[in-house]
Amino acid sequence: MAQHGIKAHEHKLVPLQTRSERPRSTSVNDFAELSNRQEIWRYLPMDRLQGLDAEVIGEVSQNELSISLAGTVTANWIDSSEPIVGSAGLPEDRISAIAWTNASKTLLVEVPTDQEITEPVFLTLKLEELAAKALHIFVKVGANAKATIVLDHIGQGLLAENVEILLEPGAKLDFVSIQDWDNGSSHVSNQLTRLGKDSILKHVVVSLGGDLVRVTPSVALDSPGAEIQMYGVYLADSKNYFEHRPYVDHIAENCVSNVAYKGALQGAGAHTVWVGDVLIRETAIGTNSYELNRNLLLTDGARADSVPNLEIETGKIEGAGHASASGRFDDEQLFYLMARGIGDTEAKRLVVRGFLNEVVQKVGISQVEDRLIASIEQGLEKAGV
Amino acid sequence: MATLEIKNLHVSVDTDQGKKQILRGVDLVVKSGETHAIMGPNGSGKSTLAYSIAGHPKYEITEGEILLDRQNVLEMAVDERAKAGLFLAMQYPVEVPGVSVSNFLRTAKTALDGEAPKLREWIGDLKGAMKNLRMDPDFTERNVNEGFSGGEKKRHEILQLELLKPKIAILDETDSGLDVDALKVVSEGVNRAKEETGLGVLLITHYTRILRYIEPDFVHVFVAGKVAEQGGPELAERLEAEGYDRYLKTEA
Repeated sequence: MAQHGIKAHEHKLVPLQTRSERPRSTSVNDFAELSNRQEIWRYLPMDRLQGLDAEVIGEVSQNELSISLAGTVTANWIDSSEPIVGSAGLPEDRISAIAWTNASKTLLVEVPTDQEITEPVFLTLKLEELAAKALHIFVKVGANAKATIVLDHIGQGLLAENVEILLEPGAKLDFVSIQDWDNGSSHVSNQLTRLGKDSILKHVVVSLGGDLVRVTPSVALDSPGAEIQMYGVYLADSKNYFEHRPYVDHIAENCVSNVAYKGALQGAGAHTVWVGDVLIRETAIGTNSYELNRNLLLTDGARADSVPNLEIETGKIEGAGHASASGRFDDEQLFYLMARGIGDTEAKRLVVRGFLNEVVQKVGISQVEDRLIASIEQGLEKAGV
Repeated sequence: MATLEIKNLHVSVDTDQGKKQILRGVDLVVKSGETHAIMGPNGSGKSTLAYSIAGHPKYEITEGEILLDRQNVLEMAVDERAKAGLFLAMQYPVEVPGVSVSNFLRTAKTALDGEAPKLREWIGDLKGAMKNLRMDPDFTERNVNEGFSGGEKKRHEILQLELLKPKIAILDETDSGLDVDALKVVSEGVNRAKEETGLGVLLITHYTRILRYIEPDFVHVFVAGKVAEQGGPELAERLEAEGYDRYLKTEA
């Protein structure tokens, strides 16, 4: 197991002032135990972790992950001590470090240089027991290669996960992470990405089921001209707690980032959290950045927390903006649709589907889109909307 | 043959300063094939009348009746009113993000007819109606009212009027924000619907301009929440010359 040194980590009592000062380490003991008093865990329902925060947990077995490859893409289990592991990023929190140290093997998915793979690769993890397990996946896309990879999480289980994504110069990847767990499941996933010069990553998070789902996708834009599109869509009902914390670190010049997460919530107790961090460093001249989160609350008793954070250390940028809004059904929209003869239920469905559509359409993989639309329909039916 | 009857209609809205009465006893009868112009100064209650007929939840009917072919409209939900044959072309149509015009129109048509329209026929009707209104064919792929210009919004309202074929249509300041060319196109659409389906029209407007293209059979002048005067088309001409001052003075 590769152990990477801790960077600029001091036990200061003052709160961290800038996003980049958050400590990074693969050692569990470099991080304090989880507490709601820490900002990164402040919303988390601790009772739903079900042991995911224990120092020693199990490991996903290889037969729990089915792999459907395409073209010349390869997938191999390698030892986690191989130097490539950790080259896209390091843990910034305790559960990520736990997942790191407990996954002795890493699934390395490689797209060879210059290869354009048209069919999507599917990685489907199906868990069937409530035992805390660790998983590490590394996706490497070679220079000027192009591919689509879908990572699907289904069944019932407890998972602490690290996903690393590394794009070499000029590479293009569409990556989709789907969390569609049965009730009773908990899942904490840290997704670390590093983009080479002029590479383009579309990162899509789809959260549909699970008692606790926490996904923290982060990107280090440290090569010029790289572009990231981060999309998220989620549908939470009374059983679900979904937390998404995208983080974009603009380091190099002329990079582009666009973050858009949209969610619909229904039922008492449904809770979603979105914390979007964008840091534009002094060196990130010519940055163009935008982040957005919108939530639609379909019923009373649901709660959506939405916190956009934008830190800008240089004025020499193309643009930087953020938007966040959570609201009920728009009565004027419903009135307009109903005034054309469309019934109350159908009108609400149109509005919800339309609301989520903006992001659903961005997925661009028909199998995933179809499943997403079916899930939305099912969810609305369940809520009696 | 449809008849819309409005009897002694009193309507209030909730404001920050409490309940405010806007309509104070409106009587009106609109029959198939007839065109009634409702004219009046700003704030006289014209739009309130339109939204009250369509059933907007913001407006509270405190007294009076609205009947369509003797059926009590006030007991109907908003969509039931549309199914009964009422249509409101809105002054400020709202955006419905992520819902395409094509999906919206087909959903509405299906809801009104109780069954999905036959695809080939429907596409033919849609294309024909859009061509008549000089709308670009790719318009149907756009999201409902999203990024529409003022003129596009009004054309889209009239497109719905032509496709959904109501019995009685209320046009709420459909002329506002239109240039002369767009006004002609939109008026032609209304006139086509009148000819083809015997539509009854309640045309709400501040200005007489639209009445050159859609000829009214009756003109009603609205002041302070009720009909202050009514007559034939000649009343509109008089308003054109004199404005509303005469009514406002007597009010004061």
